[in-house]
Amino acid sequence: MDLTLLMYLIPSLIMFGCGVYGFLTRKNMIAIMISLELMLNSIDINFVVFNRFLFPDQYEGMFFTLFAIAIAAAETAVALAIIINVFRAVKNVDINEITKLKF
Amino acid sequence: MESVGNIFMYFIIALAIIVFSVLTVTTRKILRSATYLLFVLFATALLYFQMDYEFLGAVQIAVYAGGIVVLFVFSILLTHRPGEKADALSSQRRWLGLSAAVLGVAACGYALLSYGKFCTAQITKDGALEIHELGKLLLSTDKFGYLLPFEAVSVLLLACIIGGVVIARRR
Repeated sequence: MDLTLLMYLIPSLIMFGCGVYGFLTRKNMIAIMISLELMLNSIDINFVVFNRFLFPDQYEGMFFTLFAIAIAAAETAVALAIIINVFRAVKNVDINEITKLKF
Repeated sequence: MESVGNIFMYFIIALAIIVFSVLTVTTRKILRSATYLLFVLFATALLYFQMDYEFLGAVQIAVYAGGIVVLFVFSILLTHRPGEKADALSSQRRWLGLSAAVLGVAACGYALLSYGKFCTAQITKDGALEIHELGKLLLSTDKFGYLLPFEAVSVLLLACIIGGVVIARRR
């Protein structure tokens, strides 16, 4: 039995599906951010797997993932700062309650 | 032909990724959700180690598992009462999410299985990148150098620090 590229893509695909499900069904803003992290992580796996299996002499996929991790960290930090600030204003992180920007 | 240990390791990692991703989005306690996310991120790091990208696995553990999950736990503890459960999902919302996710996974899986001629590719050679080589690539301006994105990311991180301080500051 051999480990092929497909066998690495399937867990990543399922992880992405879970992220989509959580993103659409959760109402808590932090839970939505967690689902977003799942999706980002599955994309990172895809980059690395394609790089490793198809182009083992080059490292573009690995570097792309490296920078994607850094950008994901930055994005999460800012988003959680916004969420904490929203919580301070309306005492809630439920997206159904936060409607002040709607007109 | 892979070694038996490698295949065994792969199945453990794949099972952990699948089970913990499902648990992350289905559990109703938000702190548990963050913990399961941590396990998914650790399993991903193991996957990188298995593919010989040690530096990437270390970065994954340090930044994702060590940084982002701690941020999540802090903000959960700041905004939730401990042990609080989320409301049960309405069935309409659950069906919407479930159908979107299943349709997306089915479409991607079908495309992979029917058009992916590359799917049977295997690891043929040693792909490990020496750490000093990686450092040189990261700071070189040659054809496969990454100095510009490196500097751009450092500016982005500075902007993100300033933005986080300005947003979260008490007025």
